[in-house]
Amino acid sequence: MTSTPALAPSHGTRAESANAVRRIVGELARRRRRRTFAVLSVLSGLVLALAWLTLSWGGNAAAVLDYAATLTGGGEGIGDFRIGTLRLPRLLLGALVGASFGIAGALFQSVLGNPLASPDVLGVNGGGSFAAAFAIIALGLTGPVVGLAAFLGASAVATAIYLLAWRGGVAGYRFVLIGVGIAFAINAGIGYLLTRSAENDVRSALVWMVGSIGTPRWEQVAILAAIVGALLPLVVAVRRRLLVLQLGDDLAGGLGARVEPARLTVLTVAVALAAGATAFAGPVAFVAFVSAPIARRLLPGATPAISASALVGVLVVLGAEFAGQHFLPGLEVPVGIITGAVGAPYLLWLLATGDAQERSA
Amino acid sequence: MTSDVHPRTDGRGTSAADPPADRPRTRASGSTNAGTVRRSDTPSQPDVSADPAARAPAQRAGHDLRAEGLSLAYEARQVIADLDLHLPRAAITAIVGANGCGKSTLLRGLARLLRPTGGGVLLDGRSISTLPARELARTIGILPQGPQAPEGITVAELVRRGRYPHRSWFQPWDRSDDAAVAEALTATGIVDLAGRRVDELSGGQRQRVWIAMALAQEPDVLLLDEPTTFLDVTHQLEILDLLLELNRERGATVVMVLHDLNLAARYADHLVVMRAGAVHATGRPDQVLTEEIIAEAFGLRARVVPDPVSGGPLVVPIGRFHTTPPDHDLPH
Repeated sequence: MTSTPALAPSHGTRAESANAVRRIVGELARRRRRRTFAVLSVLSGLVLALAWLTLSWGGNAAAVLDYAATLTGGGEGIGDFRIGTLRLPRLLLGALVGASFGIAGALFQSVLGNPLASPDVLGVNGGGSFAAAFAIIALGLTGPVVGLAAFLGASAVATAIYLLAWRGGVAGYRFVLIGVGIAFAINAGIGYLLTRSAENDVRSALVWMVGSIGTPRWEQVAILAAIVGALLPLVVAVRRRLLVLQLGDDLAGGLGARVEPARLTVLTVAVALAAGATAFAGPVAFVAFVSAPIARRLLPGATPAISASALVGVLVVLGAEFAGQHFLPGLEVPVGIITGAVGAPYLLWLLATGDAQERSA
Repeated sequence: MTSDVHPRTDGRGTSAADPPADRPRTRASGSTNAGTVRRSDTPSQPDVSADPAARAPAQRAGHDLRAEGLSLAYEARQVIADLDLHLPRAAITAIVGANGCGKSTLLRGLARLLRPTGGGVLLDGRSISTLPARELARTIGILPQGPQAPEGITVAELVRRGRYPHRSWFQPWDRSDDAAVAEALTATGIVDLAGRRVDELSGGQRQRVWIAMALAQEPDVLLLDEPTTFLDVTHQLEILDLLLELNRERGATVVMVLHDLNLAARYADHLVVMRAGAVHATGRPDQVLTEEIIAEAFGLRARVVPDPVSGGPLVVPIGRFHTTPPDHDLPH
């Protein structure tokens, strides 16, 4: 090592400089962890602030505090209905939906190596919409069965994309192209269903096309919480493999990852999250699509940014809910319309500025 | 070095403290370094006499990698059929051949990125298809052609990912991982770049980063697919010097696909010439790089003269419009 200047440590013995380099490596890793921790803390703080605003808006701070007191055995029951029955379940379902879509988008984009790859763009959520609309309009179903139909529809579409993209393995771009194509086909299918249906059905089916949190019951919150809770350990378990899958199939395989099973596992977990959220809120547009790019921008390096994407997803859904309830004139607007209206231009802006940054670098 | 689990550390520790003075910086001429070059006319013949591990005290015997009756295919398209090949341990092997002759496919097959349709690859006599994936990855590393770094990744972060096969759910990151990363950054001369984003680097620097990642993996056999493509000539030599150093100092077996015949002749101990999915010739560069073999494998008329720098063979290709001295007979 000593005779080639480019390869030689500049001073000291080899052992000393090895320690120095190890310190540099350790320091860089620590710096990254500190930055990640700071970003996650700020995002969590914002989520809590937004939650407080959502619950207490319109002079209900006392009711919120009173409701909180009832949980610990005190309180006078002022907040029981307004907070405990109306606002809190809605807030929690919104948060669960946002986190699910955020994580699903982060997993999709990382494992397929494509910023366009997210369950909403690829027709997975659309599959849920179509199945729900079909259940309402063609089968005349109502209630929780419709949510189940949405879950199955989203899963079926994801399976179809995977099988169609399979050619001894699933390349990211093939998955994305087929997914985009299927998304168009599904939109056409939904349009067809709408033209065949009675006006009343259209109204209830519409909720399943734009995405809406509505006024959920506690059971619904509990079921989605259970689904997300069951999937989170799997998300943690796939994260390590995701880091090498990000390097491309050959490198990941060379590093000892079993590429195809790993990819299928990541996609399955992501689809289950997206389908679960769609079953309770419909295909809330763009949440899965925008959350991970925003999160990745805040974090250093190139991690899948799973936790940060979840928090950004929560912020996007809660923020859109809040705006839809209070800032738009007239009737309350479903959350999916807000996220769609805000999400699309924001993503364009992200892409545009990202490109500029890369060029200047 | 410290608690590194790899057996190679013993050897490396020795060379780290006191690099052997007689270590060859560049290859001596073909006549004087016969001892360092494995002579292998028949690829499947095991070699014991001229083991290059004898070159330096720090080197170990390395691993024995061979293909036996190996057939590889992409879907229905057969690329390699019934190929036998022995890769000399602790040596540098260059695989050369015309475009589309199956060089990269062979490399992918050796790293188990492709499942053979027939035959197999043996590592120390065991079929690699029976080895656990991570165990194999601790022995054989592969750097594919033109790897893509995830957007925004830093150098240190990328190199750390090379530690994947050494870590698991039950073996979290520890000091030996930091040591391996530090070592890889040092060996490739990119310590100063550790905090930089990979997408900001030049092509030559980027290639060093990828090699550092492969080194952090601590494989004993490193397979590289055209590691010098898209680099200017200075950086090509820099990368090849680096690989030579890894081989000579650590006894790493290096197998690389190269396009440049002259660089292959200069840097490789052992040359594998492929043609149409089969091994056409193997052996020392000066044995293999003849005008006849070049004409057969590449369909190229060329003169082979002594390399004024290394004394090895230097291939001077002849196009359609340049004449050659009339006294020279060319193969057709």
